[in-house]
Amino acid sequence: MKKTLGWKIGVIVATLVVFLFGIIGIPDSWSGKGLLAALGNRIHLGLDLKGGTHLILQVQVNDAVTVDSDNAIERLKTDLRAHKITYAEITKPDPVNQPEKIVLKGVPPESRSDLLSIVQDRLPEYALTSGADNSWTVAMKPQSLSELKKRAVTQAIETIRNRIDQLGVSEPIIEEHGLGQYQILVQLPGIDDPARVKDIMQSTAMLEIRQSMGGPYASEQAALQQNNGVLPPDTMLMPGHSIGATTGDSGPAWYLISRASAVTGRDLRSAEPSRDENGQPSVSFTLTGEGGRRFGAFTGSHVGDNLAVVLDNKVQEVAVIKEQIHDTGVINGRFGEQEAKDLAMVLRSGALPAGIKYLEERTVGPSLGTDSIRAGVTAAVIGMLAVLIFMLVYYHAAGINADVALILNLIILLGFLGFSGATLTLPGIAGVILTVGMGVDSNVLIFERIREELRSGKTPPSAVEQGFGHAWITIVDTHVTTIVSAIILFIFGTGPVRGFAVTLSFGLGANLFTAVFVSRVIFDWVLNRKERGEALSIG
Amino acid sequence: MEFFRNADIDFLGKKWYFLAFSLVFSVAGLFSMLFWHGIPYGVDFRGGTLVYVKFAQTPDDNAIRAAMDRAGLRNVRIQRYGQISGNEVLIGVSEAETNEQALDRSKMLIINALETNAPQDKQDLNNASVLALKTYFLQKDPLRAGTDAEQRYAAQAQAIVDYRDKTKGGVLNSLDELKAAADPAVVASLQDGFFLSNFAVRNVEIVGPQVGGQLRRQALLATVYSLAGMLIYLAVRFEWIYGVAAVVTVFHDTLITVGAFSLMNKEISLTVIAAILTLIGYSNNDTIVVFDRIRENLKLMRREKLSDIVNRSINQTLSRTILTAGLTFLTVLALYLFGGEVLHGFSFALVIGILIGTYSSIAIAAPILVAYQDWRSNQGKSPMEAASRKESNRGEKVKAKV
Repeated sequence: MKKTLGWKIGVIVATLVVFLFGIIGIPDSWSGKGLLAALGNRIHLGLDLKGGTHLILQVQVNDAVTVDSDNAIERLKTDLRAHKITYAEITKPDPVNQPEKIVLKGVPPESRSDLLSIVQDRLPEYALTSGADNSWTVAMKPQSLSELKKRAVTQAIETIRNRIDQLGVSEPIIEEHGLGQYQILVQLPGIDDPARVKDIMQSTAMLEIRQSMGGPYASEQAALQQNNGVLPPDTMLMPGHSIGATTGDSGPAWYLISRASAVTGRDLRSAEPSRDENGQPSVSFTLTGEGGRRFGAFTGSHVGDNLAVVLDNKVQEVAVIKEQIHDTGVINGRFGEQEAKDLAMVLRSGALPAGIKYLEERTVGPSLGTDSIRAGVTAAVIGMLAVLIFMLVYYHAAGINADVALILNLIILLGFLGFSGATLTLPGIAGVILTVGMGVDSNVLIFERIREELRSGKTPPSAVEQGFGHAWITIVDTHVTTIVSAIILFIFGTGPVRGFAVTLSFGLGANLFTAVFVSRVIFDWVLNRKERGEALSIG
Repeated sequence: MEFFRNADIDFLGKKWYFLAFSLVFSVAGLFSMLFWHGIPYGVDFRGGTLVYVKFAQTPDDNAIRAAMDRAGLRNVRIQRYGQISGNEVLIGVSEAETNEQALDRSKMLIINALETNAPQDKQDLNNASVLALKTYFLQKDPLRAGTDAEQRYAAQAQAIVDYRDKTKGGVLNSLDELKAAADPAVVASLQDGFFLSNFAVRNVEIVGPQVGGQLRRQALLATVYSLAGMLIYLAVRFEWIYGVAAVVTVFHDTLITVGAFSLMNKEISLTVIAAILTLIGYSNNDTIVVFDRIRENLKLMRREKLSDIVNRSINQTLSRTILTAGLTFLTVLALYLFGGEVLHGFSFALVIGILIGTYSSIAIAAPILVAYQDWRSNQGKSPMEAASRKESNRGEKVKAKV
């Protein structure tokens, strides 16, 4: 009984063509060089193969929470004053670990309903609970809190992407990393000296212009003494450098700064490196329409007062407001040429909503990548050849069958990589090699079974039928368990290890098709051409 | 060709030898993990700074150590790696206690300490990136390039870096060598801004203590989930005792493989964990093949003792087991011998694991089934049948297809 194989062979040829296209696309030229270039375009190499820097950043999301709850405290104070509600104290009991929690003490019991409505109307993201001795806890609702933290990570990713784009790094990867620990993965191909990039990414670039009420003082104590031990309401002390004409030197200094800011980095339209009147590098900025109006109002009403340019909670510069300023300004300070450029750039890209710190850094120099590719490809070719030759020797003509299936398996695997845009890493190459070793297992299982059936006296067609039938169950079981391992590896792994999980699971998936379907079709084709009763060449 | 025609070896009869063999290796590994080398965590899990450096000439370990001492770095690990002719050295500082900034600083200290001949205000060409070179050329403009300066200098910078890394293996000895790769005017301009150190940084790994802990936890979780996945799948497909036997087997393999790393004091990196998870999958493959045959034979040979059936099944699949293990071993061996330094630990784990995984599917997994059966009959319960019942449905499907 002959089988019709037409459509099956059609499926195999179509698969071959599609995945070959996946590997090389349509190359510009069919020379060796052209094909290699085409291959390079389709298969994305991981950082460990092409060189570059891999960073993991921790977003300190509590910074963002602190900013939000600080604002909440200010709003509460204003509203309490407006409603004439008295209170003894408003504090954060644990500002480092629980910045979302505010405690309000000494509120008279009769103000209870007013307080409730203030929090409900003005601070919808906070919930009010009563404590002992007329104290109240105003804490951010858990859902709002987690949203705020997530938003901080998303914003940080966007800001970092803006900054890296301006640096001209090609094909960077910036994405959330890990399982909800507020971490960001940054991959920078081709950057093998990441010091400057790291500085640029890390600068929070939180620009504020506030009123300066006093200073410079030599130390915090000195500042307190000069103000009779109590700071005026709504002011705070901030560190900076004394740059005033009176002192002249540039030692550390403290300033008395208003808590409210006139404008912030969010009001910036643009920032450019420039030079001040002394020819020193500086940064000039332009404000948005809305920011300009506010700045105009502030400077208009404070002519003669001092303003402070505050960057990342450090006083950068203090200057006298000589006249009303609308929408432009200059930041001076002891910048170098490059620093001024970088500052302008980070100001343009916006502030980070929270500080970041580096948890992990891996840099692969390009020479190592080149060596790794060479070693990986050598190992792959040698391993592959050894397997192909062995199969021919051990199984004779059926070995050709296995070899065709293996080669097709490899083509599908690489084609998958080309189509999906998954990256090939060095452990990924190892995954390819392992696929060859483990992929051939399916062929061995089937062939051994066919041999057994032949030995028990079955005719070649029925031995093939039985061999595939029995081995199929085992093959499914073995593939499923290995792919389960690979998927878990993908979920938990990072970078190179993920690349390994990807090639291993793609390879084993493709193996189901090649070792079972393709190999079967070849067997049937061989059987079709044989006379009834003629032996099968399987070693 | 055929290696094992009609093999008939009494594997179960040798189970005490197997047990002794496994015990010796497991206990030796455990002993080393607990009392000798511990679990030799690599920088991925322990945290610390590693700088891999390739020198132009044979490096002098004592000179490197002296340089590190001068830089104030204590407890520095200095170790040759790769082929001797590669002149490659790993310099490591492990600072599990300190924070991320300190780790970053260590890297700068190490690199600066090696740059003994560094002139002021010059960059090191052997460690310069394409971006740095391009920026420098754009500033110097040695070609008097016009509007296409950006592209032309980018190409020149790329050519120089490629020549350094691909042709010269990472380290240049003199600027003259570059004349083969780039425009002479461009090469000449390098004189003012660059010098050549006698080394190139090949690879830097800085892992903060927080990430180290996180990765350790993740590796452990991944292994546990992997094992749980197997257990559930096998319990569903066969019977729960098969799942338990497979998981015990795989655990045995993992223990011996990790033990081998501990005994030889080889570092366990992230990729080694990947290899171990692969082994869990692979060793399980072998076990499943044997189990599948046991299930099939349970149905065919209802009158025989389980130990005979298990023995028969192992013998029937022996040819396949050895062939597959041999072929996979062959590919992994190629990886171990030719795959390069980065994959060394990874392929070592696979080499050990494939040997153990193959052995254990015969020597551990199958005897557990029989031991369980014996225990059940001692308790006066009926022999194992559930598996054969499950299989019989599927068996009919296969027949129907014929």
